Amino acid sequence: MAELLRTSPLQAWTDTFARLPDPVGITAEPFVATVDVRLGTVGPEASAALGVDLPTAPNTWVPAGTGRAVWLGPDEWLLTSSTETPEEFEARVRAAVLPLGGSATDVSAQRIGLRLTGARVRDVLATGCSIDLHPRVFGRGSSAQTTLGQAGVVLLALSDAADDFLVLVRSSFAGYLADWLLDAALEFTTTPTHDR
Amino acid sequence: MQLIACPWCGPREEVEFSYGGQAHVPYPDSPAELSDEEWAHYVFFRDNPKGRFAERWNHSAGCRRWFNAIRDTATYRFERVYRLDDPKPVTP
Repeated sequence: MAELLRTSPLQAWTDTFARLPDPVGITAEPFVATVDVRLGTVGPEASAALGVDLPTAPNTWVPAGTGRAVWLGPDEWLLTSSTETPEEFEARVRAAVLPLGGSATDVSAQRIGLRLTGARVRDVLATGCSIDLHPRVFGRGSSAQTTLGQAGVVLLALSDAADDFLVLVRSSFAGYLADWLLDAALEFTTTPTHDR
Repeated sequence: MQLIACPWCGPREEVEFSYGGQAHVPYPDSPAELSDEEWAHYVFFRDNPKGRFAERWNHSAGCRRWFNAIRDTATYRFERVYRLDDPKPVTP
């Protein structure tokens, strides 16, 4: 019987990403535990129980321990943790929000992260995304749920210079988005990298 | 492409939204006493004005929240966007 191996949905693109020049760097982020939180009212109790002030301003994210807390809606957040297993993380967050009438669901397998770094990644993103990504309006701490190419993504700004973005995309769309990004980055690469 | 102002996320492209039909259609007070004809009117019959129309929209590719909008069906211009718990704005 064939052995089942855990692989990243972007395993096949790793070498192609590695050949990209610095201004349009793309890397697949390591797997992180992710939990979707629904909570009606956010207050000091929620902050104390979760250990993080959930962002209430639309289109923002804040660092939360070893991960991030991303605003997804007026009563919905995405929490990530890079140190806990999905099971541990879900149990901890659920224990924190359940007494407050909230819910927590492990969605670790839903999304995968693509890290875009470099001076030209804003131009790459701009070819398929209508959000204004200028650092004046989309600095560190900004997020947006929108479409990139034809794929729905969560876009996080990790720097104030618009040269560091994290794109969270559904695992099943990751291959499509990787191909799309390589195609969009083509005009900013001097050597042919699109040999897949 | 036309931009629609989501009450939560701000202006976004039209393709991120999906249409939800006429807004402010009240659920019948006593559903058990409705005749078939009255049910049909509740379920299927909608206004079809030329001009301002209160509609439900969903920001399906963004925050996935429903909201209401006053849209002019002749010009496709969004005149007002408001949350579901806000009352229907009085338009001149």
